[in-house]
Amino acid sequence: MKNVVLRSLLVGAVSLGALGGAAVAGTLDNVKQAGVLKCAVNGSRPGFSSVDSEGNWHGLDVDTCRAVAAAVLGDAGKVQFLKTNNQTRLTALQTGEVDMTAANTTWTRARDTDLGLDFIAPTFYDGQAFMVSKELGVESVDDLDGASVCVRPGSTSERVVSDIQKKKGIELKLVVIEDQKEVNTAFFGGRCDAMVQSSSALSSTRAAVADNPDDYVILPQRFGKDPEGPIVRQDDAQWRDIVQWTVFALFQAEESGVTSANVDEMKADSKDATIRRLLGVETSGGKGLGLAPDWAYQVIKQVGNYGEVFDRNVGKDSALKLERALNAQYSDGGMIYAPPL
Amino acid sequence: MSAAIGSYATIGKDAPRRPAPHGAGRLAQLKARYFATPGTSLLTIVLGLMTVWAVVSFVRWGIIDAVWYDPTAEACRTASGACWAVITEKYRVILLGTYPYDEQWRSALIIAIWVVWAVLTAFRLFPLRLRLAGWLAVFAVTLVLMRGGVFGLSYIGTDAWGGLPLTFLVFGGTIAFGIPLAILLALGRRSVFPVVRFVSIATIEGVRGIPLLVVLFFGTLILPLFLPPQLDVDKLVRAEIGMVIFFAAYAAEVIRGGLQAVADGQDEAAKALGMGYWLRMRKIVLPQAIAIAIPALFNDIIRAFKNTTYFAILGLFDVLGATKVALDDPAWVRYGLEGYLFVFLLYFLICSGLSLYGRSLEQDHARRTRRAEQ
Repeated sequence: MKNVVLRSLLVGAVSLGALGGAAVAGTLDNVKQAGVLKCAVNGSRPGFSSVDSEGNWHGLDVDTCRAVAAAVLGDAGKVQFLKTNNQTRLTALQTGEVDMTAANTTWTRARDTDLGLDFIAPTFYDGQAFMVSKELGVESVDDLDGASVCVRPGSTSERVVSDIQKKKGIELKLVVIEDQKEVNTAFFGGRCDAMVQSSSALSSTRAAVADNPDDYVILPQRFGKDPEGPIVRQDDAQWRDIVQWTVFALFQAEESGVTSANVDEMKADSKDATIRRLLGVETSGGKGLGLAPDWAYQVIKQVGNYGEVFDRNVGKDSALKLERALNAQYSDGGMIYAPPL
Repeated sequence: MSAAIGSYATIGKDAPRRPAPHGAGRLAQLKARYFATPGTSLLTIVLGLMTVWAVVSFVRWGIIDAVWYDPTAEACRTASGACWAVITEKYRVILLGTYPYDEQWRSALIIAIWVVWAVLTAFRLFPLRLRLAGWLAVFAVTLVLMRGGVFGLSYIGTDAWGGLPLTFLVFGGTIAFGIPLAILLALGRRSVFPVVRFVSIATIEGVRGIPLLVVLFFGTLILPLFLPPQLDVDKLVRAEIGMVIFFAAYAAEVIRGGLQAVADGQDEAAKALGMGYWLRMRKIVLPQAIAIAIPALFNDIIRAFKNTTYFAILGLFDVLGATKVALDDPAWVRYGLEGYLFVFLLYFLICSGLSLYGRSLEQDHARRTRRAEQ
């Protein structure tokens, strides 16, 4: 109830603000003047944005913000993170309280067109996925014929499961359980063979609840579209370009094999034209973006390439241990693709 | 039979007195209280066993089988008892929020200063003026230490402030500015000037009509839309202003209750002595009114302390918000119960401290009144 009131109040006020043209143009100048990038994150989503025991921020979304700070200010540390929730993550951006939002928000038509915001360059493709015990020896959803599946009633997962039954012509026994906690208990207690949720949720459940996370595997197929990435205000094309190309620089660096470890070598020795452009040896497009020529070098040096960011936050070097799946480079069958520099 | 006038002495033998009640000792009292009838005996035994069972299992869970230190959460997974290791691992985030790690000694020092001065204040070891001056100094030191930028301390923006220092600062500010504002609003509501009366009533009733959450959202997210961009007031300050007004609106009505309880004759007598309005209020009416209002006022003060948890919604890490974030860690997420028990204990200690202090102020007042009436 409270949330409904708040939300309508916020929406009303924001439309008023939009009418008055209160949103700030010239974000780049503002950020440079303040010397710090303000970035809204979720803060309660380990792997994407969370706080460690020493009070430092970590995560894929957090690193996206850091990369933009490195490109604009030359220092990945100059980010001021704002913890937001699903009600405030977009409002904070609309009101100009932050310069960008990276709070695992799914890119939808309604959000993109109605709110005066631009969704750009997804950094994580989520989707509904199946988790099963390794003992089953299952490698694909097609092998699950006759398996029992734990889902919550009315959830996206339930819809996905019934769709798959129809499409693939396999029989799945639905075990419908109201509460997510109960679903977890049922699955890890062996009451059902598979559990369906978004891949990011599955991986954090596995890390947090399973007695031995290595006993469970998330099947590679993804169902339903859930692209998540940074968001900026619609009224500032230059800032939009900066954030977009920062993300593309992360992608391109991985594709070209440039890492935070070898970036200096690459800058000095590489003959590859793309790498030379990326690292600002040849014309780097920094001028067009309003950034220093070595902006992408700073991003890679301080934050790493997309593969490094993925692996340390949600991938093989993290607690979540997500496979790359849709988040692999396009050359490996994923969706990660940077336009030519 | 005639007795001497003015004497209680009776002539002749006393009527026989009733014997002392059977078995008046402590044991008999216990028996009468807990084992009077078979029904009560049964109830006592059942409830007693349940209590013993609860205490024993809590001690076993919370102390004997508990894990106290375990940086990797491995031992916690196999232990059958509580995992207090979650506190030893996360206490910095819980108590100090996202304040930069290398500078956290500053936050820790602030907590120490507040606790020490609060205890000294509570035992009234110094005269009132010195206590108040001390609190001013505590505020100044807190702001300097938290913010930095002077005396070689590095600057730290309010966005990184968090944990107990933030909770203390928000609470202290609310009380320090809220009580004077509440007094003004209460006096304003009884004012003879219609404009003052109207403004006071509008403020009090308006603010009391909306939830604190909306006040805070309005102050932090919506207000900036209407203000010119040059007028960039820090978010923490905007939220704090919201807290102060919210507290004052409630406390004003409590103080007005106190004002109405002071006999009219007090004010009239002071008027007859030729005292002006502010002097009458300051010396005669308010001291009595506030003394009467103390029990209800402490209700509001304790609530103001707990309301600091709303700051989590603005993205600032108060103690509870920081705890929630600390417990999101996949390795520790199972031990939320222990984490929240710790926070419960922290809030319980502080709130019961406030409550005890309020009661001692009441007793002081009662002593003074008795002395005045003798």
